[in-house]
Amino acid sequence: MTGNQHTELVLKKSSLGKSVKQHVFFTLFRAAAVINALALLIIVYFLIKNGWSAITWDFLTEPPRDSMTKGGILPCIVGTAYLSLGAILISMPLGIGSAIYLNEYARQGIIVRLIRFAINNLAGVPSVVFGLFGLAFFVTWMDLEVSILSGALVLGFLSLPLVIGSSEEALRSVPDTYREASLGLGATKWQTISRVVLPAAFPAMITGGILSLSRAAGETAAIMFTAAVYFNKQLPDSIFDPVMALPYHIYVLATAGTNISQTRHLQYGTALVLIAMVLGMNLLAIVYRSRLRRKV
Amino acid sequence: MRRQRKEGVIRNFFFFIAFISIAILLLILFFLVKAGVPIFDKVSVTEFIFGTYWYPTASPPDFGILPLILASLFVTLFSAIIAVPLGVMTAIYIAEIASPKLKELAKPAVELLASLPSVVIGFFGMVVVAPFLQETFDLPTGLNLFNASLMLAFMSVPIICTISEDAISSVPPELKEASLALGANRIESIFRVIIPASLSGISTGIILGMARAIGETMVVLMVAGGAAMIPGSLFDPVRPMPATIAAEMAEAPFQSAHYHALFAIGIILFVFNLLFNSIADYISHKHRQVGAATL
Repeated sequence: MTGNQHTELVLKKSSLGKSVKQHVFFTLFRAAAVINALALLIIVYFLIKNGWSAITWDFLTEPPRDSMTKGGILPCIVGTAYLSLGAILISMPLGIGSAIYLNEYARQGIIVRLIRFAINNLAGVPSVVFGLFGLAFFVTWMDLEVSILSGALVLGFLSLPLVIGSSEEALRSVPDTYREASLGLGATKWQTISRVVLPAAFPAMITGGILSLSRAAGETAAIMFTAAVYFNKQLPDSIFDPVMALPYHIYVLATAGTNISQTRHLQYGTALVLIAMVLGMNLLAIVYRSRLRRKV
Repeated sequence: MRRQRKEGVIRNFFFFIAFISIAILLLILFFLVKAGVPIFDKVSVTEFIFGTYWYPTASPPDFGILPLILASLFVTLFSAIIAVPLGVMTAIYIAEIASPKLKELAKPAVELLASLPSVVIGFFGMVVVAPFLQETFDLPTGLNLFNASLMLAFMSVPIICTISEDAISSVPPELKEASLALGANRIESIFRVIIPASLSGISTGIILGMARAIGETMVVLMVAGGAAMIPGSLFDPVRPMPATIAAEMAEAPFQSAHYHALFAIGIILFVFNLLFNSIADYISHKHRQVGAATL
């Protein structure tokens, strides 16, 4: 074997080894992505398979009957709608306002870093701790009792970091040339923000709003001590009434009482309604966002 | 002049709104401390944290939360063992390997996984995974440490994946191009160039994913089994801190020692979160990706 042939062989060998190695790792990475997608599909599959039969018109439009072993989930749907809408009524103005400050006004510095640190922390505070806070502050100290208002306030605070994040992203996506053009025409900073930047960023902010709506709708631990009750036949009259809510209803049916296996189909049905709402809103936001991106 | 004053007022107004996040965080801490600290008239801080018996309704009651803390740490650790490889590998797949079309599918899939309400994942763990585990491994109960870790893993994967993917995608393309031009193939470029360059972002994602797992409530409440004992094996039932609060708050009489003890557990969870976030903040500021300079 001449020296030349030898090097050629080594080169071939090593490049073969390299490509095998590459192939193995690529397959692994692909498998990881597939596992995630599978997890999502399997969960949705089981809920649809076992919950589909429970979904009837009566199930969606009637209150529960016979100590919650029969009947529907209308009060839960209404309660969840009130709570999540209330939450974004609180988190959207605060979140968009914070994002405007952080993205349009603030200069890098210790205060801004502190605010960002607080936002990141707020995003990580466990939902049950939000629940404790709501119990001690809104329910007890402010004497709002277990009510829609207490729950909406807690959920509003809980979803605030999400709204700030998506609003900031929306503001960042507005090209600086827009701002420069407006300022160059003699507009003040506020005129620029309110008439140029915000209208351009608005559609993307709506997407963020939909996402936080869905987050609030699925939240359980934060409303356990602040808004939700086991059973309430009446629909709420005012924001000072407690409500039933979809996520809490699932938890109650699945863990408490003596009829756990008897109400299994109702549990699946309620879970199916909840994820249909949540995934529906998320898909809407995702599709809407990808359309926006294509436009830009 | 008037115009300038108006602009100043508007600026201060937005500063005030942005400041609300700090105010809320402090308010949460204040009310947790206010309702939690009275427990330390009954038991000392060390007895509370290192006590191994949690019998809050016995007489006399025991308020030792070590089993609860350990349960939280174990479920977080085991979920990380599953979630970290899965999350980081998925991130690499999305950022570096997937064709644009598959990327358009994989990213929303991860987002949808993140959006699943925790109560639904807990429910799934209870009615599908638990019976399966019980039969397959012949266990007394399928509601245990392992099941909870598995479910938690799928809640932290999306966080780890999203943050890591951002970090990997923001590695300047020149670095990869240089590596490829020197004869490295794609996988070598990924391991030797892209991952080292995005390591700080990936670590931030891992830390925040673990923070999510330690604070997650509904999953551990429904799936972990609920026994307040120090677990001896992976298949023992446990009772992590958030589950304890959620399960017992409804029964704890207002302003009782039990009530204060549950708020004190809330303080510990708050501090854990603060700790995780401080580490993440430190890493992302200390090792900020500044183009090629980080390599």
